[in-house]
Parts: sequence; structure tokens; C-alpha cells
Amino acid sequence: MRKLSIKDAINEALRQEMEADERVLLFGEDIAGGAGRDEIYPEAADAWGGPFGVTKGLLAQFGRRRVVDTAVAETGFIGASIGAAIAGLRPIAEIMYIDFIGTSFDQLLNHAAKLRYVYGGKVSVPIVVRTVAGAGYRAAAEHSQALYSLYTHVPGLKVVAPATAYDAKGLLIAAIRDPDPVVFIEHKRLYMYEDDVPEEPYTIPLGSARIYREGHDATLVGIQKMVHTAVDAAKLLADEGINCEVIDPRSYSPLDTTTILASVRKTGRLVIVDESHPRCSLATDIAALVAEDAFDALRAPIRRVTGAHAPVPFSPPLEDAYLPSVDRVADAVRSLMTKPVASRA
Amino acid sequence: MDDIDGPELLGLWQRMVRIRHFERRVSTIAETREVEGYLHIYAGQEAVACGIIPLLRESDWFTSTYRNHGHAIARDIPLEAIAAELYGRVTGVCQGKGGSMHVADQHRGMIGGMGIVAGGLPIATGAAFAATYLGQDRVAVAFFGDGAVHQGAWHEALDFAGLFQCPVIFVCENNLYAETTAVDYHLLAGSVADMTANYRIPSIQIDGMNVFAVREAAADAIDRARSGGGPSLIEAMTYRYGGQYEGDTQTYKPPAEVAHWQSRDPLTRFRTIVAERQLLKDAQLDEVEAAAAAEVTAAFATAAAAPWPDLSLVTADVYTTY
Repeated sequence: MRKLSIKDAINEALRQEMEADERVLLFGEDIAGGAGRDEIYPEAADAWGGPFGVTKGLLAQFGRRRVVDTAVAETGFIGASIGAAIAGLRPIAEIMYIDFIGTSFDQLLNHAAKLRYVYGGKVSVPIVVRTVAGAGYRAAAEHSQALYSLYTHVPGLKVVAPATAYDAKGLLIAAIRDPDPVVFIEHKRLYMYEDDVPEEPYTIPLGSARIYREGHDATLVGIQKMVHTAVDAAKLLADEGINCEVIDPRSYSPLDTTTILASVRKTGRLVIVDESHPRCSLATDIAALVAEDAFDALRAPIRRVTGAHAPVPFSPPLEDAYLPSVDRVADAVRSLMTKPVASRA
Repeated sequence: MDDIDGPELLGLWQRMVRIRHFERRVSTIAETREVEGYLHIYAGQEAVACGIIPLLRESDWFTSTYRNHGHAIARDIPLEAIAAELYGRVTGVCQGKGGSMHVADQHRGMIGGMGIVAGGLPIATGAAFAATYLGQDRVAVAFFGDGAVHQGAWHEALDFAGLFQCPVIFVCENNLYAETTAVDYHLLAGSVADMTANYRIPSIQIDGMNVFAVREAAADAIDRARSGGGPSLIEAMTYRYGGQYEGDTQTYKPPAEVAHWQSRDPLTRFRTIVAERQLLKDAQLDEVEAAAAAEVTAAFATAAAAPWPDLSLVTADVYTTY
């Protein structure tokens, strides 16, 4: 099968869904680029395709009617996406960096997420908000956050975050076809990650975790890019005779609790790797889930390996220290293996 | 107003008096605490909703605010369904899950009441964008108060509508107060209509206490939007007879101001105009008003006796699928 990068897999998913459904259109800042210069600099159209080039090439095929470069006004185009969705479209809006959600969160938090509920189920808001998270890009505190839990906390929003190209395409197509608002979080350090991707459109159900590796000694849950860190740690630990099971939830709302709990029941140990801040994070949420529903299966304390409770620093050595590393993950697992197993009656 | 025939005139009157009597009843049940929660009444502003909404087709869209009962009544949503929503009963137009601030009926074009100031403007703009995109002959209206103009959402909606020439009509119900804060204090531009020039959006300030003046401006704006002329804004000068919410003591309102605006009451105004022009007889108006008052009484009695929602509805309709 052909290999595709995550960036190209997302582009292909957008293209195929736009080809299949006239109601699908894109809103965002510089998602094509060069707006207003089409006549004098035709070659400047599509200058960017978004800051990471994810939407590049769509303008040529679909034109500015469907690839809509907006003003730098997130509240305006997120709100307009909600209204357009109620009126029959399937808008996909791009928040250039997840950090910028602060400028428009009201529209997602108080309208997209709640209108179906407060209006008694009479309306739905089928929008996708694509955005980019993650540190490690030397992009400093306001372009590097991993704000997964801000969205996951809100009933009415669905939240997905792929870590492979296969997942990116299948989850994005599922998100576009979904009747509810979906926040689709991409990771800027994973865009060039490649794996096998089928050419035809396909969907991955939202709320289904992916098991990367099976094992019986400890469960590692990796949040988006951190699943790859967890896999690397698992490889290291395998040489030491510790066999880890590695899980990527892929979707945080809905969350595949069944797969996580079944794994912990098998291994008795849990380490969650999440580059977000530790407080009220996905790591904390999953820890609480397991503590409540699988306490009897635990043979050691739950461990979280997370970013610091600090903004993401710019200085490269500081940023590297901020992020969970393979060594920190491996150490966390090792610490659980040496813990005395609680005696059972 | 020459375009309105007798039955249509009576229809306007019927909606205005329904609103007035409905809101009077809301004040009473707020005082007796028969209904819990926040209630924002529309009395005094009837001419705005009734001057605009009946001119819209049911396929058109509009967004409202937390002060939405008047808009819902002007759109002919059954009084009983609105009242039951206020009571939190399952027979409410949103099954009681939205309450007073979130009355909605998308099948009649009412996208719904928004609890956040200026929240509806970008949404109405998006509905208008969709109409153009789909080649539909639909327009959208966003109602908001004078306080909304300070919100980023207000500016971003006008910016978006201007940039993409969306068929949307922004309707400011300038009732002289943003919550308790006087418009002459907070509105630095002096008038909302003066604020649209930056977006190249035509605007007009009108007498929002005269339903015929509102209707005339609305007809122009709707025609403009429907014929591809893009967005426009109407600033209707009106007055909030109640407080920000029921229970607000309104100590900040000068008595002379209240008297001045009550002397311009939209219902009295309507009676005077149709009498002067000999369009309708007082007896006809009285008859319609008495019927509206009786409808309101019956609607509230039915609502108060309606069943509560089943407790399973706590988690119903958060998502379509999950």
C-alpha cells in the first residue's frame, strides 16, 4: 500500500469529501492564501494552503467559493460556520493554532456545543473545527499548547486527535460526516509522519481506541504524539523483559473506556503519557476512570507523565525538558515494576 | 403602511397585544416565584419584533437573544409552547430544556434565543452565507440590544457579512440600557447606526415605538438582502419597560424618562394611527385584545399544569450520536 504523510492524508480526506458533497466547504485564515491578488498574481493564489500547507491545492480544484479565506476573526467564521451548518452546509473551519481558540471559544462553548440540547434536540450543528496543537516546534508559549482537555470537558463537542496518517484520514472523514460538532486536533510535529493509507475514502468510528502493541506487564496510554513516545519506551522496556501494551484513544470524546479498562485489567499497571499540563488533563481524566472502575485490578499506583504545569518555554533545552521523553516514560514504568504488589485477601 | 390590508393590520395588532399580555403575565409569575430562573421581558419593544418578523418568510432565518419571548410570539409560535418552556415543562417548545432564554423553533425560522450578548450575530450571518452558497432565496435577521455593539462578535459578524455580502439584516433594539448601564454613557459612537460605516454596511436609525416605521425600514432591508444588495442594519429606538430581568429594581431609570417613553407606547401609538386613518375601529381592536388576553391566561394555565420532563432527558440530545 502507498505511504502518505499525515498532512497529505488530511488533504486527501478534505478533497474526497468536498468532491462527494457540495455542502462541504472550508473557512479559515490563509487556508489558500493570496486572497485579493488572484488577478494580478495568479501564481500567488494558494500561496500558503494554511501555515503548514495542509490545505494546499484545494483552491485550484474547488475555487474560492468553497475554500474561503476569511479575515483574521475566529469568532466571526466559527459563528458563521455554526449558522451555515444549521442552514444546511457542512462547514470545516480551521483555527490556525489551538492556542487561538481563546479568541472564539464562546461560539464553540456556548453555541455549537449547546444549541442541540437547549433547543430540545430539534437542531444539530454539523461543523468540524480543524486545529493544530503541540509543543516541540520552538513556537513558544502561545503557539505550542496541547489544550485537549479544554474541549473534552465540554458536553456537546466531540474531540479527536490522530497520531498516524491512516487514522487522520479515517477520523477526519468520519468527523465531516458526523452530525455533531467535532474538534479535529492535528499535531504540528506529526504532519510529516508517514504510514500506509488506502486511496479510497474510509471512516474510523469516533470513540474507538487503537492498540499499537500488546503486552501484559503495563498499559501505556499515549495522547496523540505521545503515543509514539510510549511506543519507543515500550521497545526499550521490552529489552528489559517488561512487556507494555500501548493504546492511543484517538478520540477523547467519546472515549473508548472499554479498551482502556480491559487493558488495565490485564496488566494491572497504568502509565498515561500526555504532553498537556497535568491539572485537569486527559491524563488526570483517564487516571480517575481507571481508579474508579478498575481499582481492584491495579497492582501499582497509576502514573502520569505529562508536560509541566507551566507555559511552554521557547528556549530549546527548556522546551525539551518540558515535554515527556522516552526516558521519563520508561522510568515511570520501571518504578511500577518494583512497587510491592498489594497483598490480596 | 398603505400596503397593509385590514386582516393584516389586525394580525399585527394581535401579535403586539399577545406580547404585552404575555409579558405582563411573566412579570406576575416572576413576582409570585411560580417560575424559577431568569426572565427578561419584552414589553415596550413590541413594535420592533412585530414590524419585522411577520415580513419574513418561514424559510427565512432569525436569531434572538435572552429577551426573546416577543420574537417567538411575533413568529406565531404557540403561546402555550412558549409558556411551558418558561415553566420548564416537557410540552415547552424545547422540552423545557432551554427555558426562557433559549426559545427556538427552527421550522419557523427562529434559530433561537442566545444567552450570550452578541452571540447570535455571527450565527445569523452564517445562515445568510449558506443561503447564498446554496442559491436559496432566503435572508437572515439577527436581533440584538445596544449593549452588544461592544462585543467582538458584533464587529466580526459585520466584518464577515460585509466581506462576503451576506443577505443578513442586523437589527439593534436600542432600548437605552445595556443591563443597567445607560446608552448615553456606554455608546461612544452616539448611535449604533453610525458604527457600520467601517464595514460599508448601510444603516438607518428609526422610531422603534412605531410598528409602521419599523415595517417600512424592514421591508427595504429585506428587499435589499433578497435582491443581492447585501447586509444592512436597522437601529430601532425603543424602551425596555421592565428591568434587565424580572426582579431588577430599576433604580437607575429617571421617572421623567419612563413617562416620556410610556407616552410613546407602541400599542397606544398603533391605536392612534389606525383611528386617525380610520382603518380599524376601536371595538375591533378591543375584541382582538380581549381574545389575546384570554389566550395568554389559558396558555399559562395549561403550561403550569403540564408534566415535567422525564428525568432521562438530563442526558438526552447532548449529541445526535455518541
